[in-house]
Amino acid sequence: MSPNRIRTEQEIHGRRGRPITDQDAHEINRVEELSYDLKIHEVMSKNLHTASPDISLSDVLKILRVNRISGVPVVEDEKLVGVISIEDIVRALQNNDLTETVGQYMTRELVTVSNFESIVKAMQTFAEKHVGRLPVVNEEKKLVGMITKGDITRGILVALQKDYKEEEVRRYRASHLFEDIISDRTTLVLRYNIKAQNFTLGGTASSNIKRALLRLGADAQIARRCGIAVYEAEMNLIIHTTRGGILKLEVEPHRITMSTTDDGPGIPDVHQVLQPGYSTATDQVREMGFGAGMGLVNIKRCVDSMELESTVGKGTKLIMRIHVPAENFNGRKEG
Amino acid sequence: MNLQQIIERLELDLLTDSRDFTLIHPEGGYTSDLLSCVMAGAKSKYLWVTLQAHLNIVAVASLLDVAAVIITENAKPDAATIAKANEQGMILLSTSMPSFEVDGKLWEMGIRS
Repeated sequence: MSPNRIRTEQEIHGRRGRPITDQDAHEINRVEELSYDLKIHEVMSKNLHTASPDISLSDVLKILRVNRISGVPVVEDEKLVGVISIEDIVRALQNNDLTETVGQYMTRELVTVSNFESIVKAMQTFAEKHVGRLPVVNEEKKLVGMITKGDITRGILVALQKDYKEEEVRRYRASHLFEDIISDRTTLVLRYNIKAQNFTLGGTASSNIKRALLRLGADAQIARRCGIAVYEAEMNLIIHTTRGGILKLEVEPHRITMSTTDDGPGIPDVHQVLQPGYSTATDQVREMGFGAGMGLVNIKRCVDSMELESTVGKGTKLIMRIHVPAENFNGRKEG
Repeated sequence: MNLQQIIERLELDLLTDSRDFTLIHPEGGYTSDLLSCVMAGAKSKYLWVTLQAHLNIVAVASLLDVAAVIITENAKPDAATIAKANEQGMILLSTSMPSFEVDGKLWEMGIRS
């Protein structure tokens, strides 16, 4: 990657050249993203140790030793004129020259980075110039800090830690809803209006319900059971009702109640519709893979209790309940 | 066995967005065109082999959290279905083979139910 290259559309909008979906957002390498987001001035060390060109190398050695660093920028009249590092001092040692001045042995070839560039720029410069530290200058070319690979690693770790904490807080808030709100009986109610014959939206409410339950910290297995039951109930409203109906989810700490209510046509024989394989679906609907006569059977299998009441000409009410074992809505997730 | 190997061996066409399929390890398979049967029979991380190609397969696949849907006999989902699948992070694959043949090949590769 060349240093001044402009980022491609793909890099900005997602690596696969399309708008970023939730799934991608999860997969994008956060460190990669951070190397563009984090600016050099955010991670560099500002606590600057500098040397002037006329002090002796043994004095510099003392600065390096006391501060446990391996190099310092050399500044003369507030201007950056070079860098002196352990390697330069080793060269002087070979000549038995430690009394010489910094100016004699410092590296004058100045490679700097500017404070408002992304850390990716510093990383590229480290790689290209084979150096381990870089002086950071501002717009007036004045020295404002030093950056090392260690600073970058630390900066990224701190940023990741912050991300992680924010995510934790977000999760905590949703999953502790029931503990935080004190009442004699707290119920969270979600309602969905389901339109008859709208196959395009079929399963949308169920997907939303499953996601909501997971956000609330429900066990994955319970969210799955609710998802399947509520999907079958949602499809029944779409396939069989005259004017659609209402799908309702009531979440309590110990129980999840799902129900559908519609105003017709009603079921003549509720025992018959509970028989596996019994279906009144039209051929057209069957072609789409519905009408297997397994919907209510599936629901029964997934929930702890199911009640079906129907009056021909008036409508049908289906109530499904799943008991939540104690300690389930606490953010713990299982397989 | 990862999904990348399965896609290559069965020469499946990818209908949804590309991603690193070597990270996806299907844990079994289920074949049916009846959505309620799939709801009952397909487990999470299973491959679902079906002839159905309409929009509702995405909701079913996503509720069940299947590893991928293999649509057989060249049945082609429409653009809305593919868009919805991408939005939900579901993988749709296509083949001209009938479901029976796909199942046989998957079984040979060690995918069981």
